[in-house]
Amino acid sequence: MNQTHNPYFPYPVRVEQIVTETEDEKLKTFKLRFLNPEDERKFTYIPGQFAELSVPGKGEVPIGIASSPTEKGFLLFTVNEVGLVTTYLHMIKEGYVMGVRGPLGNWYPWEEMEGKNVVIVGGGFAFTTLRSSIVYMLDPQNRQRFGEITVVYGARSPGLLLYREELSDWEKRNDIRMHITVDATDDPEWKYNKGFVPAVAKEKIKSADNAIAIVCGPPIMIRFTQPVLEELGFPPERIILSLEMRMKCGIGMCGRCNIGDRYVCKDGPVFSLAQLKELPPEY
Amino acid sequence: MERYTEKIRERARDLLESGKVDVFIGYSKGSVPMMNRPALIREPREVNKLLWDNHCALNLCNYLTKRTEKIGIIANGCNSRNIVTHILENQIKREQLYIVGIPCEGMVDHRAVARAVGQRDILAVEGLGEEFLVKGKDFEERFTKQTFLQRNCVTCRHHNPVIYDEMIGEPVEEGELPNGYADVEAIEGMSSDKKWAFFAQLISRCIRCYACRNACPLCYCPTCFVDESKPQWVGKSSDPTDTMTFHLLRAYHCAGRCTDCGACERVCPVGISMRQFTRKLNKDGETFFSWEAGLTLEKRPPLDTYRPDDYNDFIK
Amino acid sequence: MLERTFTIKEWTEALKKLRSFYRVFAPFKEGDFHSFREFDGSGSPDFNFGNTRLSAKALIYPQSERMFDYTLDEKNPDVNLYKEAVKDLSPQAIVGIRPCDVKGFRLMKRNFDNEEYRDPWWVQRFESTILVGFGCNDPCPTCFCTSVGGGPFNEEGLDVIAYNLGERFVLRALTEKGEVFLAKAEGDTGPGEDERRKMEELKRSSVEKISSRVATDQLKLKEVNALFSAPFWEETAFSCINCGTCTFFCPTCWCFDIQDEVFGKEGDRLRNWDSCMFPLFTLHGSGHNPRENKVQRVRQRFMHKLKYYVDKYNDGVQCSGCGRCVRYCPVNIDIREVAEKMNSY
Repeated sequence: MNQTHNPYFPYPVRVEQIVTETEDEKLKTFKLRFLNPEDERKFTYIPGQFAELSVPGKGEVPIGIASSPTEKGFLLFTVNEVGLVTTYLHMIKEGYVMGVRGPLGNWYPWEEMEGKNVVIVGGGFAFTTLRSSIVYMLDPQNRQRFGEITVVYGARSPGLLLYREELSDWEKRNDIRMHITVDATDDPEWKYNKGFVPAVAKEKIKSADNAIAIVCGPPIMIRFTQPVLEELGFPPERIILSLEMRMKCGIGMCGRCNIGDRYVCKDGPVFSLAQLKELPPEY
Repeated sequence: MERYTEKIRERARDLLESGKVDVFIGYSKGSVPMMNRPALIREPREVNKLLWDNHCALNLCNYLTKRTEKIGIIANGCNSRNIVTHILENQIKREQLYIVGIPCEGMVDHRAVARAVGQRDILAVEGLGEEFLVKGKDFEERFTKQTFLQRNCVTCRHHNPVIYDEMIGEPVEEGELPNGYADVEAIEGMSSDKKWAFFAQLISRCIRCYACRNACPLCYCPTCFVDESKPQWVGKSSDPTDTMTFHLLRAYHCAGRCTDCGACERVCPVGISMRQFTRKLNKDGETFFSWEAGLTLEKRPPLDTYRPDDYNDFIK
Repeated sequence: MLERTFTIKEWTEALKKLRSFYRVFAPFKEGDFHSFREFDGSGSPDFNFGNTRLSAKALIYPQSERMFDYTLDEKNPDVNLYKEAVKDLSPQAIVGIRPCDVKGFRLMKRNFDNEEYRDPWWVQRFESTILVGFGCNDPCPTCFCTSVGGGPFNEEGLDVIAYNLGERFVLRALTEKGEVFLAKAEGDTGPGEDERRKMEELKRSSVEKISSRVATDQLKLKEVNALFSAPFWEETAFSCINCGTCTFFCPTCWCFDIQDEVFGKEGDRLRNWDSCMFPLFTLHGSGHNPRENKVQRVRQRFMHKLKYYVDKYNDGVQCSGCGRCVRYCPVNIDIREVAEKMNSY
């Protein structure tokens, strides 16, 4: 069988750049370039999808794609140092050769979002596919396809926000409304919001009219943001979540990431709240 | 043995009704001959599920770990010795337990019975005191219980519970045992190569289902060493080196703690006799430390204590 | 279709010949039970058995299998590049498989060979396998294949079916693949009238011998979240010790793990059978575990087989009725009872 048809085969990539994102150094962004240009052509993805990063000798780890398909020539992955594979990834140097397998999973409902206002609520390090989405929407080719874009993004402290330079660039634009917040800070220079994401969302999001909300973050943030959005009038069909699960195969075969009869890796990771309400609460 | 069933039900009912215990743990009849099912009884009306027969050989202490209620539990020699170990190792508190002691007359080896009827399908096995009756579709055979005991029961020296709140029935007499470790001595007498070959052959069928580990009341670690990933001690494939590592380390983790209850061997779906590992350690425990696990709450096990004046040479 | 008869001795000889064309796997008695082993031409396979202890699952889906290999040697220009591991995917014949285990492969095919993805190794092995099934003359007391759409002489998915008439085996090809296989076996011609009568009689009597019945007709109609939160799970799960016996023995359990292993500078990516009974199966890197408790894991196994699969594929339960999990569960958790509870809830 041709290797290109093998869904387990990782495309070889070289790590071109490693950026430490946060002051605790627990999050690094890896810029990867395909060794074979034809692999890049095969790797066509849509914001919201993820890939398995393949580290020889250590294993694979599913990570949301942080780059946007509008950014050509490379892929970005922001990786939290947690387990065996990610800890090793945090020790590698630029130039390292590894594998990428994917793209995997579904994506944010872009067709449905066309012509609508988009509300993005993100917390902590779960901002990766949201970055992909924002870059994608702000691309001049795409911007007019969407209405107002509102972003609420928070972290525990200023030093734990991802993509800080881009955040401040977006902050300056008038075609996107950024509401950056931190749980707390004693930094006198801090010029954005203070407070938890759900509270800031409640204050800043004005309307659910003709809008879709995408929510990514730690479970506690999701739990408290959900009623805020529902109160604003977002029906469960228009509250979109991206879930995390332990995964191995990424193609719905190895069996571990199911919620009811759905596999998070193949039928997700993106689900509407309406879909999740139909499934057993086991995630 | 069956004669104790009524008494157990009666005592469980009283204990639950009087509120002395919140739950009662015992054995119930399984849906497959000789395979009893451990049961947790919450309501007095459910006590008729409980029974006592020749097939109550799973170690109930396994079901006590970190429970928080007041628990009534059936304990024969093995169960009680593991309860002692559990208390010593802080997995359960003595005050939580109401132990209904039961003298044990040994359990029947289900594999030996299947072998004796030529692996024909068995539909029912009935205890008849000294004998038992095996019924199949077109056969009925009677066997003498004494010749079909589980191997750990053959060498058992502690049929009666060592700890209990009340006793059901009269203690059985502990008979004179021939050398209980003849099999271990035979292995000790082998050359290193032979020993290795013996143990490699012993576990060659292992499918790494971990039933032996999980049926053992001693194995309660929140994360077993085989499941650790940082560092990963053992590979997860069916490579014989990894399988051997699992069995050896599992056995060593039981050193000075194993009561030879036989649960590991009983549950193995491919019939591996992994007691060959633990029994060597039990023998060493007796030889070097005069120690048998689970006999007393008064002494710490030898491998979790240290004394500067230890009389053993290796410590100096 | 081609039919042939053999005495037991002739059949063993035929299998020796077939070894020139196929890797031949057959049941051998080893100690207390039968296992599938590759027939190396010596000894005799034993076709007088209830069922093999482990199913034939591993012959198409090995418990451990190399997926890729790679070198970590930085002096090697191919450092860190994954290469598909070399494997023997040449034609093989599984001789003596029971119809329930064949059904297991058919159920598994849904997982490994679907519209979106094809598992290359499972599919290639499956396609290069001839399934020579032996009907069950004496189904085990724990069998319930007839309750889940199968039967002791069910021919679905088999390439050849064999009738064990005691002194003689009658084999009948059911597919083209089976025809080719049987032609190569070079045996006597088909059965006579008397043998045909015996075959029919066997077929009839074997079904009657199945004493376990399991109702699954209502499962599809149940509300998934209602079943999920049903009160019986705690009691069902109490005795479970979370070993992998049920899942490893099951001919329809397909879950696996992927692991990298390194020896010196050479590495392998392996996949190993995994089990939903193991806590590690769903443990997140963060420490969160959606199925942290055994009751959740036990529920998952039964919900998967008897509800999620039913809803997803609309073609019955994910169970072949072989009864192994019932027979070998060390703490006697019985899928027949659980199915009843779910079906009547």
